[in-house]
Amino acid sequence: MVANPVVDPAAGVAPGDDRTVDLTGLQTLIDVLAGRGYAVLGPVVKDGSIDYGPVRKVSDLPVGWGDEQAPGSYRLRRRDDDMIFGYANGAQSVKPVFFPASEVIWRGLRDAEGAVVPRREQHDEGPYAVVGVRSCDLHALGIHDTVLLGRRFADASYAVRRADAFVVAVSCSDPAGTCFCVSMGTGPRPTAGRGAPFDLAMTELLDATGHRFLLEAASERGVEVLREVGGRIADERDRSDAASVTESAVGRMGRWLDTEGLKDLLYASADSPMWDEVADRCLSCQNCTMVCPTCFCTDVEDVSDLAGDSMQRERVWDSCFDSQHSYLHGGSVRRTTKARYRQWMTHKLGSWIDQFGTSGCVGCGRCIAWCPAGIDITEQAAVLREES
Amino acid sequence: MAAVTKSRRPTLAVWKFASCDGCQLQLLNCEDELIPLSGAVEIAYFPEATRAVVEGPYDVSLVEGSITTPEDLERIQQVREMSGRLITIGACATTGGIQALRNFADVAEFRSVVYAHPEYVSTLERSTGIAEHVRVDFELRGCPIDKNQLLEVLAAELQGRRPRVATHSVCVECKARGNVCVTIAHGTPCLGPVTQAGCGALCPTFARGCYGCFGPQDSPNTASMAQVLSRHGMDEPQIVRLYRTFHAAAEAFREESERHEAPAGTPRRTS
Repeated sequence: MVANPVVDPAAGVAPGDDRTVDLTGLQTLIDVLAGRGYAVLGPVVKDGSIDYGPVRKVSDLPVGWGDEQAPGSYRLRRRDDDMIFGYANGAQSVKPVFFPASEVIWRGLRDAEGAVVPRREQHDEGPYAVVGVRSCDLHALGIHDTVLLGRRFADASYAVRRADAFVVAVSCSDPAGTCFCVSMGTGPRPTAGRGAPFDLAMTELLDATGHRFLLEAASERGVEVLREVGGRIADERDRSDAASVTESAVGRMGRWLDTEGLKDLLYASADSPMWDEVADRCLSCQNCTMVCPTCFCTDVEDVSDLAGDSMQRERVWDSCFDSQHSYLHGGSVRRTTKARYRQWMTHKLGSWIDQFGTSGCVGCGRCIAWCPAGIDITEQAAVLREES
Repeated sequence: MAAVTKSRRPTLAVWKFASCDGCQLQLLNCEDELIPLSGAVEIAYFPEATRAVVEGPYDVSLVEGSITTPEDLERIQQVREMSGRLITIGACATTGGIQALRNFADVAEFRSVVYAHPEYVSTLERSTGIAEHVRVDFELRGCPIDKNQLLEVLAAELQGRRPRVATHSVCVECKARGNVCVTIAHGTPCLGPVTQAGCGALCPTFARGCYGCFGPQDSPNTASMAQVLSRHGMDEPQIVRLYRTFHAAAEAFREESERHEAPAGTPRRTS
């Protein structure tokens, strides 16, 4: 079930395996991963934001870019240094890599006798090595592992992509105004044993002594890769500098979500006037759910050609903001935007805990930044708390 | 399509009312799919493509264009009578199209300004969609329609199933394509959140805001959208214009445009 199990120090990964590398060493890491047959993905600047894309050179990464995020706004900005991971996060988490927006799950062709012959689906992409996964997104990946792999029927395509993937997590140094991972207990530093398993944790260090990257192994594969990458053995100075990066990031969180008793608060607030107020602004456009790293709802659609000789079944992202999402015989259960927003927020922050044992929110802030109307889930939760 | 037997291909007719023919052209643009299409249906009446006419009635009619003249009013009744299933194609047939801008003004005044002999022009006060006059079995949106959606609707007709045509926002298509939001990341005003998907997020894919060619999505919050447009630099006349382009007469867009219209007597912006 677990794709690439975290190996704790007792099981063979020791602090002595950790390395510190310079920019050349970062390039070596990319080369080593590519050499092991991975399709290496990492953050790349794309159309005014940061996305995951193929990475071959360090210069493909967002060198010297930062971001400014606020409700309904995302802007890349030039940093005054050459930090590579000095942005908070991009338009999407790794969700589309492991759980694409549209996927063919069955294909069939009609043969000469008129019978439908299934075609086997091939997964020719990957395996992926994803560099630069934030702690919040790592926790979201852990939630997807639970939802998509840990229930009665595992999602076959997701299982294949996850099992083979190599994950290089990265410590957040510059959280955005929309970030609140600290309040969700999901960041800013990737921690072994929490969130999804990863292979390496990277902390970027840029100071008077130079530009370097602390690489901490979190799996046997991670140890093997680090041995191949080389670099010097990480020392106490590197570790204390990395701790300072995290400490500084913790102090600069843009937002805070008070999770104390939040589930019960939501359950008690079904009739709050807040839902009417937020529905006046909500566009029911689904952007929040499409950028949410944990939203996992899908629809299954059948398509066929004109002659009906070629057919396929596709799984596509769905959203609780879609009128058809709650369509049962005779109509939609949640006809109003108010009902849909209430469903989304109550599930995300409340009933998710009953269903899967954790909150469905990891505090990445994307639903706030990428909402055209700038609706802020932390603010809406605060309104409910004030009312109670 | 229960009436269609396997012994003959269903007949297809394509009708035109007030329109630019762009949606019919999408049928001709099907190119690679045209041969399979002509194998699956008998193209019985399609003056845009062929002068050969097979007498009606027809199993499926595609209707392009809006109702703008007294004779249109009669003709659409005839089309309905001779059609098993009637599918409208495009913005004009759905909500009256761009020519529904006349609905906001004085047609007699237009006529006298534009035509040398306005007395020869017989026209209605309003441009209206087909469903205002006859029963419509399916409305395919777009200005123009998307050819893949058209093929999907025809395939669904032939196979007696529901067409896979979403009624949610353009944003869903943007996210599925991996587009970065032009409003959030660039500050570009975009009508996508209140507009129905179907184009494949064509304009935002080329870093432009959506113009609303496919009309309102099924849950359009046009008032909140107007505030977002305003925050991204659109003034009131620009908001009116954006809501009054391809689907000016769609109820949600019309109402919102009227809320942003200058009160009567205010000088009009000429730019």
